[in-house]
Amino acid sequence: MNSTDLMKQLPAQWSTFGPGYDWLFYFIYWMSVALFVGIIGTAIFFVVKYRRRPGVKAEPTGHNLVMELAWTVAPVILLVLLFHWGFAGYVSLTSPPPDAMDIRVRARKWSWDFEYPNGGHTANSVTIPINRPVRFVISSEDVLHAMFIPAFRVKRDAVPGMYSTLWFQATHTGDTRFYCAEYCGAADAPVIGADGVARETGHFSMGGPVHIIPQSQWQEFLVGILRAPTHANGTEFTPAEWGEQLYTAQNCNTCHSVNGSAMTGPTWQHIFGHDVALADGSHVPVDENYVRRSILEPNAQVVQGFNPVMPSYQGSLTDRQLDALIAYIRSLR
Amino acid sequence: MATEAEIAPSHHHDEPDPNANYLIASKGVWSWLTTLDHKRIGVMYLISVTLAFFMGGMFALLIRLELLTPGRTIMGAATYNRVFTLHGAIMVFLFIIPSIPAAMGNFILPIMLGAKDVAFPRLNLMSFYIYVIGAIFCLFSIVSGAVDTGWTFYTPYSTTSSSSVVSMTLGVFILGFSSILTGLNFIVTIHKLRAPGMHWRRLPLFVWGMYATSVIQVLATPVLAITLALLAMEKVLGLGIFDASLGGDPVLFQHFFWFYSHPAVYIMIVPGMAIVSELFATFSRRAVFGYFAIAMSSLGLALLGFLVWGHHMFTSGQSEFSTMVFSGLTMLVAIPSGVKVFNWTATLYKGSIWLTTPMLYALSFLVLFTIGGLTGLFLGTLSVDIHLHDTYFVVAHFHYVMMGGTVMGFLGGLLYWWPKITGKLYNEPAAKVSWGFIFVGFNAVFIAQFIMGSRGMPRRYYDYVPEFRPYHAFSTYGSWVLAVGFFILAGVLIQSLLKGAKSPPNPWGSAGFEWNTSSPPIYSNFAETPVITRGPYDYHEATEEELFDGFPEDFKKTES
Repeated sequence: MNSTDLMKQLPAQWSTFGPGYDWLFYFIYWMSVALFVGIIGTAIFFVVKYRRRPGVKAEPTGHNLVMELAWTVAPVILLVLLFHWGFAGYVSLTSPPPDAMDIRVRARKWSWDFEYPNGGHTANSVTIPINRPVRFVISSEDVLHAMFIPAFRVKRDAVPGMYSTLWFQATHTGDTRFYCAEYCGAADAPVIGADGVARETGHFSMGGPVHIIPQSQWQEFLVGILRAPTHANGTEFTPAEWGEQLYTAQNCNTCHSVNGSAMTGPTWQHIFGHDVALADGSHVPVDENYVRRSILEPNAQVVQGFNPVMPSYQGSLTDRQLDALIAYIRSLR
Repeated sequence: MATEAEIAPSHHHDEPDPNANYLIASKGVWSWLTTLDHKRIGVMYLISVTLAFFMGGMFALLIRLELLTPGRTIMGAATYNRVFTLHGAIMVFLFIIPSIPAAMGNFILPIMLGAKDVAFPRLNLMSFYIYVIGAIFCLFSIVSGAVDTGWTFYTPYSTTSSSSVVSMTLGVFILGFSSILTGLNFIVTIHKLRAPGMHWRRLPLFVWGMYATSVIQVLATPVLAITLALLAMEKVLGLGIFDASLGGDPVLFQHFFWFYSHPAVYIMIVPGMAIVSELFATFSRRAVFGYFAIAMSSLGLALLGFLVWGHHMFTSGQSEFSTMVFSGLTMLVAIPSGVKVFNWTATLYKGSIWLTTPMLYALSFLVLFTIGGLTGLFLGTLSVDIHLHDTYFVVAHFHYVMMGGTVMGFLGGLLYWWPKITGKLYNEPAAKVSWGFIFVGFNAVFIAQFIMGSRGMPRRYYDYVPEFRPYHAFSTYGSWVLAVGFFILAGVLIQSLLKGAKSPPNPWGSAGFEWNTSSPPIYSNFAETPVITRGPYDYHEATEEELFDGFPEDFKKTES
């Protein structure tokens, strides 16, 4: 990044909102610069010209009704203009075209789940086609979050108990980022990832890439998210390998370790096939059905010593992904 | 009033001597802790808010230090969240809201009116102790695990957070009563205790500002109390008011919270404007241009402040219609703000401008508040706000208003009235040096934040992508310059307390009424009830003796 880039006020714009937004932003920007230079320049000129000198007294203050009215009324014209342009822009921001493609976005501490029209999911990364209106239908499973994509100039809060929407139409292919813009806390301590590195998680880590792909690749992408991922040599992941990949991608590692240490939730090491004690004192065997139920209805059978804080993954994982996770947990037996 | 004091039989031997300097009118710590003298209560508030400012400032330096590099610099994410919450909560509730009204208002306002004290001196002392009790609860929450919700306590995060939210909200709840009682006291004082001849058109602009502020304090603060009480009930008793999983509405909390906290922005900025109006008049040696317009614009801001809370919620999921209405109303705020800026600038015209440190702070206010106000236009314009909302652009904007505005006004007022409060002069050249550091440091901290904000850096982030590193680093370096400025200023003030030259009654040669008594004032403010025959800024009608009593020779000696 060179120094002229550093001083640029706005990042690159990659959506149909971009040109209009940037025009209005820079209009206010240069208007503000002009007003600032005018007002402060006048003040500095007066301070120098009328500085205190021996024998020179201040003149008593008079009145100038015309000037006072002028600087009360003149801003109104400007403000009406700004309001009008701002509102017109807001109307287009909140009015998705009827043919927009819906992507269901679910926020939770501290990850995002994106559900595509064919039922496939991605976690913490979203892929969209270029030149096609896309509407995010956003909800939250716990506290407030906000979807913010600077390159598209859009933002909307995720509120528990209601749906909110935003829409955009990308105009460039490539990668940009989305962020969480509404404060949502952080984990009490760093979490050790699958790679063995401890990382802080929280509000600030709740972002990820936005991949904008050509429309010609869109169908291929949609089919791909329903299938197990493939190795570089083209062979499909085994279910356990896919489960290991989901363990990180779905943020299971935020609360569950695979090395025996207890975190917010029980470890996955050596649990499959064993009995566990539940909060109500009963014992259940950890089998396929227990694991599946614990992912979809996590607070139904909570292990003794842990709090019922896990969000439900109902609707976030396909059956094949559930199978893959079960296979991974079984492999840790 | 003063006349009653004169009629009253000779005072009891342990009562303060009405004609002695208020600092020594009665002796001992107990005489301070139980004083009913508005000046001593003002001084106790001044010490308290200064301690709060120091604490809030330390947390600010920790925030900036952590953000110097991406990832962990000195603390973990959970600690960082507590540090920025405490910075905000302490600065807002313990420093900035009581700073000018409770500390300087208490000291100066009755003297400006020619009154002996505020209308309800006992209530005044009580409001100070309520402040202390509230502050203790806030400090208790820090040692009992602190709060990680942000100073806004947004639900449902605050109701599910395991940090000590209840203690902090209880503290803020109690602090609110202190604010309400001070406001009530000032309103009655301004209505009932004006000296003969002090009619409304002669009211100093500082008093007009305090009046507008008091009205907001009395009307808006109860809403915060109710909101925090509901929050505590939800958290402790499990009532479903804001939590969606209990059938409540999280957006409702934001409505309630901002219904207080937006007017509270004017509780913070209007007193700063009020001080600056005094400074412009004194150091330009002429009446403030558009006196009546400035007085009314304070009331206008107080009124408009109640109608714009929804602009904090443009992306929150409130209805599009409300969003539109709030954007329109928000634009109106620019009008009274602009009127003030234009009038202050016009006051300089054909004045005799004396660039003392207080005047430098007044001019800094003009510069920084203008930037704060103009960047408000970006945020009031609906579509432009959407991208900027909850980014560092907003952080920079409100720091330009709150710190560039109110704190600059506070510092200007502190130095301006320092000889009045302490009876001591301070070292002007050293104070100017500290001003230079503060002005440059402040701009370095927040200009960088404007740019990274509009480039998409969200606020309240512990970590950031490498792209934002240069801005964060620059901002952190600025915070060190700013800190140096404040430490020099602290040195200047301590030096003045210990070794400062004795101040003449009117070291600035001001025509303001508060300078028509000794510095420091006597216990009863004026030996006899003053009769006001001119306005507070009528330099052409004031006598030479009034303007320069014992000055400027004494002052020049300390300057050189």
